[in-house]
Amino acid sequence: MEKKLTCIVCPLGCELVVTEKNGVVSVSGNTCPKGEAYAKNELTNPMRTVTSTVLCEDGGLVSVKTDTTIPKEKMQECMQIINSITAKLPISVGDIIIKDVFGSNIVATQNRSK
Amino acid sequence: MKDLVIIGGGPAGMSAAIAAYESGVRDILILERDAGLGGILQQCIHNGFGLHKFGEELTGPEYAWKYEKRVKELGIEHKLNTMVLDVTPDKVVTATNSEDGIFQIKAKAIILAMGCRERSKGALNIAGTRPAGIYSAGTAQKFVNTKGFLPGKNVVILGSGDIGLIMARRMTLEGAKVHAVCELMPYSGGLARNIEQCLNDFDIPLLLQHTVVEIHGKERLEGVTIAKVDANKKPICETMKYIPCDTLLLSVGLIPENELSKGANVDISSITNGAIVDQNRQTSCDGIFACGNVLHVHDLVDFVSGEAEIAGKAAADYINGRQKDKTNIVINADGKIRYTVPQKITEQKDVKVYFRVNDIYKNAKILVRDGDKVVLSKRKPRLAPGEMEYVTITAEQLKNAKTLDFCLEVQ
Repeated sequence: MEKKLTCIVCPLGCELVVTEKNGVVSVSGNTCPKGEAYAKNELTNPMRTVTSTVLCEDGGLVSVKTDTTIPKEKMQECMQIINSITAKLPISVGDIIIKDVFGSNIVATQNRSK
Repeated sequence: MKDLVIIGGGPAGMSAAIAAYESGVRDILILERDAGLGGILQQCIHNGFGLHKFGEELTGPEYAWKYEKRVKELGIEHKLNTMVLDVTPDKVVTATNSEDGIFQIKAKAIILAMGCRERSKGALNIAGTRPAGIYSAGTAQKFVNTKGFLPGKNVVILGSGDIGLIMARRMTLEGAKVHAVCELMPYSGGLARNIEQCLNDFDIPLLLQHTVVEIHGKERLEGVTIAKVDANKKPICETMKYIPCDTLLLSVGLIPENELSKGANVDISSITNGAIVDQNRQTSCDGIFACGNVLHVHDLVDFVSGEAEIAGKAAADYINGRQKDKTNIVINADGKIRYTVPQKITEQKDVKVYFRVNDIYKNAKILVRDGDKVVLSKRKPRLAPGEMEYVTITAEQLKNAKTLDFCLEVQ
């Protein structure tokens, strides 16, 4: 089996080729070890970072992200959780807004004062 | 009187201010027209910033915060909600805000860091009506990420620049359906990773060599007609297809914002639409520097920060009389290499020359010639217009050079 992928780890965007022979997975086209790990993971359990905004109590928004990657197929569910809450102010960069969402925390990426 | 006035408090302006401070200048003023520092990064809530500069993936607001924090720690003066109206060649800045009214500042040096604007020209040539629902991708980004408004539910995007790709994902995550991204060229202008994670992840089709030929709808956009284009970019009638939609986003390129620079009589390149600069990012106007997207449009903010550091340090050297001009080497680009920044070198030291190509090339060789002599030759497996490249020319290689011709040898 052979599969072509574009690496999303960094802006280089290496074109990766993943081959599986007798249960051994090998990756070519990558320029760093992160690319190899990405390709292997992508075939079995693709993961993504989600970035979005959370509504604040004053009606404004604060930008947020998952502090680690989450399973790709959980992205829309993650969005539903993010869009279901209202955050209390003030907020500083790095504050946890929602705990344990598919193994990750939703953290603020912006400062917001009252 | 100020030692250094910086116009723009985005990533370029902040980075230049910090570099100037660290090179010994204390009397610095940043003028920013928005209500906070950070510039366009504040609405770029996606991640992918900072890999070069900080070795980690940050979102736009986080990247901006690293610099804002430093600006505040150093106590660098900045005026927000302040619009600069005019810059003269003898470095008088006229600006206005609601507290100070209209005021003038004479500066020893000025750094232009106004960033860029979205191209809107693509919209003008499309036939049909002018209903509501047509936005530039950056405007839609501002609505969604800073105001919490979703501009529409059924979206077509014209142009595959990075902002368009990012917005395709963002609108999808917020519940809109993106029907297609049309790109006139046979390749995307965006990063490969963005095509993967913003389009492919959500099964959004990227239609290369396609454009929007007609806009439908009276009050609100009702749909667009798209068509494939031939090798001359002319739409092919038989391929016309109607897509019902309520929103059309335009992501058709960025243009450096140089209205102020023109007022200062700074020489502008017709290719980059930014100032013509030397290795210090000094413009044709003595003591006026430019950096970031006002100079040429960058793909990565990390490169903007790097460039701004060069300008900030050089402005400090200028203010303190440390600048040394020795040589005058003109850099020419052969056309396949569309442009270089800097366009001239006035000092014999190691210089990183950034450049962009005009098409996609595989296994090409970059040749830098001084007359018949090849100064530098570097092989590149892949070159694309959307990806800025650089080579480093050493002080040794610059010795006795008059001009440097940047050429691309394609097999």
